[in-house]
Amino acid sequence: MRTPGEHRNGAAARGAPLRGPARSRDPGPAAARTRRRGPAAPDARTTGATSHFDAAAGSLVRPYTMTGGRTRPAGSGLDMISIVVTTRERVDWTALEPEHAAILRLCRRPVSVAELSAQLDIPMTVVKVLLGDLIARGDVLARAPLPPAELPELTLLQAVLDGIRRL
Amino acid sequence: MASADSDSGPGTDIPLAVKILIAGGFGAGKTTMVGSVSEITPLSTEEIMTEASMGVDDLGGVEDKTTTTVALDFGRITIDEKVVLYLFGTPGQGRFWFMWDELAAGALGSVVIADTRRLDSCFPAVDFFEHRDIPFVVAVNRFEGACDYTPEEVRDAVDLGGDVPVLMTDARDRDSGKRVLIALVEHVMRRRSPALSG
Repeated sequence: MRTPGEHRNGAAARGAPLRGPARSRDPGPAAARTRRRGPAAPDARTTGATSHFDAAAGSLVRPYTMTGGRTRPAGSGLDMISIVVTTRERVDWTALEPEHAAILRLCRRPVSVAELSAQLDIPMTVVKVLLGDLIARGDVLARAPLPPAELPELTLLQAVLDGIRRL
Repeated sequence: MASADSDSGPGTDIPLAVKILIAGGFGAGKTTMVGSVSEITPLSTEEIMTEASMGVDDLGGVEDKTTTTVALDFGRITIDEKVVLYLFGTPGQGRFWFMWDELAAGALGSVVIADTRRLDSCFPAVDFFEHRDIPFVVAVNRFEGACDYTPEEVRDAVDLGGDVPVLMTDARDRDSGKRVLIALVEHVMRRRSPALSG
């Protein structure tokens, strides 16, 4: 058994490959099937009216333009799986920037920061800043995930287990 | 803090989100597995990583610094009205290790997908979760009949601890993916139980 840190650079040092022939075997068409790098799938792009994305050039807007250069949300402590939801039935839409309005429309139902980012085609860091504004205004409420230091309760784990079994 | 806690306040109706990571080497089948068990078509989000992400609050004057965009694929499983499970595929390239730390924070555990054509590609992920004491299972993805190894052979080759579950899987198959996730959560619960009784 290795001690922690022994194989810090991992791949080369860890274990020997299995029987030789596996390495030279033709991987076939399955090899490259799954990997999609870079920006989101086209269907996610075409659904949003606010897309600033050009398939060839990438984002057409500097990412932090819509936040006025701010890269951090103001004390909102948002995580990529923080769940956010609008708090108000009626919103004064005229007072909102377009990106803020787009977020508010999407979080009428509880939704994660990551989902907002994917649906709006805006990087998560930017979404967090914009959400911070909305939280500060009282338009949005957020629920943080469990703190990393806190182990999940067994009741929570059991609920997750049951939920997966029901799939 | 804008977050609601779980006991009181107006945030009680908001579901709690938990996450499981799907890790492994490039092309091992991470996004395929996310897609096979997710209730939504896997989404892709981006995180901008700059030196600002490491502690500088303002981008003014740092325009010349390198900005890297890390794409993350993820799926969702609604557990019940109180809990939502997210499955995040980890970035395959080693230069995005810093992203793994953010992803791993608070994760219930991880599935490490092993590709027997390139078994060593899962070693960095195994090392990462071992060092951080994050529970994980190893799912050996069968590629078009290419896999003729037993879980024990894979366990030996990857040098896994005896308590780490090793399962054969087909990342494209929903039931197979479910079995892997169930094995992971059961593994997490087994590791938690001694702490409760002791």
